Amino acid sequence: MDYFLSEDQLMIRDLCRQIAEERIKPVRAELDEQERFPRELMKALAQADLFGLIIPEQYGGLGGGCLENCIAVEELSRACVGVSTTFAASFLGAYPIILFGNEEQKAKYLPIIASGEQLAAFALTESAAGSDAGAIQTQARREGDEYVINGSKQWITNGGEAGIYSVIAITDRSKGARGASAFIVEEGDPGFSVGKKEIKLGIRASATAELIFNECRIPADRLLAKEGMGFVVAMRTFDKSRPGVGAQAVGVAQGALDEAAAFARTRKQFDKPIITFQAVAHMLADMATKVEAARALVYSVARFVDSGAKDISKASAMAKLFPTDIAMEVTTNAVQVLGGHGYMRDYPVEKMMRDAKILQIYEGTNQIQRNVIGQELNKEYGRGK
Amino acid sequence: MKIIVCLKQVPDTASVKLDPVTHTLKREGVAAVINPFDLFALEAALQLRERVGGQILALTMGPPQAAEILREAIGYGVDDGLLLSDRAFAGADTWATTAALAAGVRHLGGADLIVCGKQAVDGDTAQVGPGLAMRLGLPQVAFVKAIREAAADHLVVERQMDDGYDVVSLPLPGLITVVREIGEPRPPSLKGKMRAKKYEAPVAGAAALGLGEDQVGLRGSFTQVVEVFAPGAAGRREMIPGPAEAAGRAVIDRLVADKVILLGS
Repeated sequence: MDYFLSEDQLMIRDLCRQIAEERIKPVRAELDEQERFPRELMKALAQADLFGLIIPEQYGGLGGGCLENCIAVEELSRACVGVSTTFAASFLGAYPIILFGNEEQKAKYLPIIASGEQLAAFALTESAAGSDAGAIQTQARREGDEYVINGSKQWITNGGEAGIYSVIAITDRSKGARGASAFIVEEGDPGFSVGKKEIKLGIRASATAELIFNECRIPADRLLAKEGMGFVVAMRTFDKSRPGVGAQAVGVAQGALDEAAAFARTRKQFDKPIITFQAVAHMLADMATKVEAARALVYSVARFVDSGAKDISKASAMAKLFPTDIAMEVTTNAVQVLGGHGYMRDYPVEKMMRDAKILQIYEGTNQIQRNVIGQELNKEYGRGK
Repeated sequence: MKIIVCLKQVPDTASVKLDPVTHTLKREGVAAVINPFDLFALEAALQLRERVGGQILALTMGPPQAAEILREAIGYGVDDGLLLSDRAFAGADTWATTAALAAGVRHLGGADLIVCGKQAVDGDTAQVGPGLAMRLGLPQVAFVKAIREAAADHLVVERQMDDGYDVVSLPLPGLITVVREIGEPRPPSLKGKMRAKKYEAPVAGAAALGLGEDQVGLRGSFTQVVEVFAPGAAGRREMIPGPAEAAGRAVIDRLVADKVILLGS
């Protein structure tokens, strides 16, 4: 398939494919096995300017949009979702600053993120506030020229590895969802610490940790946008980032399809390559068709987002929902095609299957994506009635 | 620090084919790449620029299409390049090659440090780096595996040896050739690749470099390739039969007897 990518977009794809092949593939099994954070790979991505991909040019980035991000993330995910999650989570942490930061905040933080000198992270989820983000307990109170934050965040990607955190906290409990605000917290801020690093089913190269705020004091100018804008910041961030999760799904599904098809051509049973058996060929055909459909959706939505369209929530949710469900199905079927081999750690497909699962869960579960799409449909079809 | 990196365009070893009649390398239609050892030189230069700042220039000699590797070098983050290209340069051995490269270095106004890969994968001589230093009257260290210290007037480097490494202080300006251990070449950068798209390498021929025709190319070479052939499988062969363990023991005994292996006391 030709998606008529521009010369620059093809360059991004080829460079990311090169890094995935030469640098990520040889170490992915080891990173997974040892649950080791891919620091040296992050350095390679930084040297390749990839952390600047979506950062505006005036802040040291390349000024790319959602599509450029999706292209890069897809290629990295084809080799390892643990690595691509670490990479993409830095953008998730950067989006609040790109979208809502004032000039000083952008000038201070974005160049550091663009150069890859520091990773960013986004902190919303808490132990009692997952899909129900409105239930967050972490509080921030204003004291003179400072905010004082108390509470804890859970399952934060890049927690303990990032230098810059976008954190959502309640500033006025009486206002409900309109009482949340977004802040920039730096590693080393007094009262800020990192709790336990989680042990996970998949994406084990990525770091997932608890963040603890104990009378954490930050200057008042770390507030993003205005008090009360916290959930708007979070939702706008997700609108931009969700197609990127879809792109991760396309990448890992493509990676699994690559492995399954190559295996099916060489594996012989009953004296024939198993790809010549209709049962296997049809599985592969369905996998390939769904991967292509998912990619077409992600690229279309990414282009729609980059067009400057305002109402992107529904499309963005679709671009996360469909590919991630497909990725779970395709990676599972890849294990099936490889059979006993696929279940062993000697082949990469069992890791892909473990890695794919998180894509249906993080950045809004797929049930929440359906809620978003359903609510938008209700609005659309209710208009003028 | 002003650094010149010498690069050579070589056939991609993954796609090399020999002409079955002449036994020479088939160059037509074979992908050309930067000599893999020169990528380590490039990486060394990039690391050094990160440490001490400065400028990196890439220098190559070759046919017009060798400009492609300079464009590639720009993609890795090199500041500028120079292609030495002239019909008169064709057929150069390492002696004539260093004559052209030395003139190229002078054309670029000299450098604090010249970095070369330890050898090229096509000729495999490992002579061009040290030969270039000799031509320019510069001190040189070959087979550098690490740069311990980088100051304005000297480097302290580790030179790879068969039985360990030497620590050598090299006054600058000087030349080093580097080995794989210097560091895995980084991927190209997006900003570099975008610059590379529009980059046109400056080209200098023999006249511009002030070189006479008998100094370069085939005429300036002491050696000529008279014949290339694939050596046939020669030598005596002997099968040592028996179970693996006994046969292995017999092989070791023979190697010791022939002094191929020396046993310690």
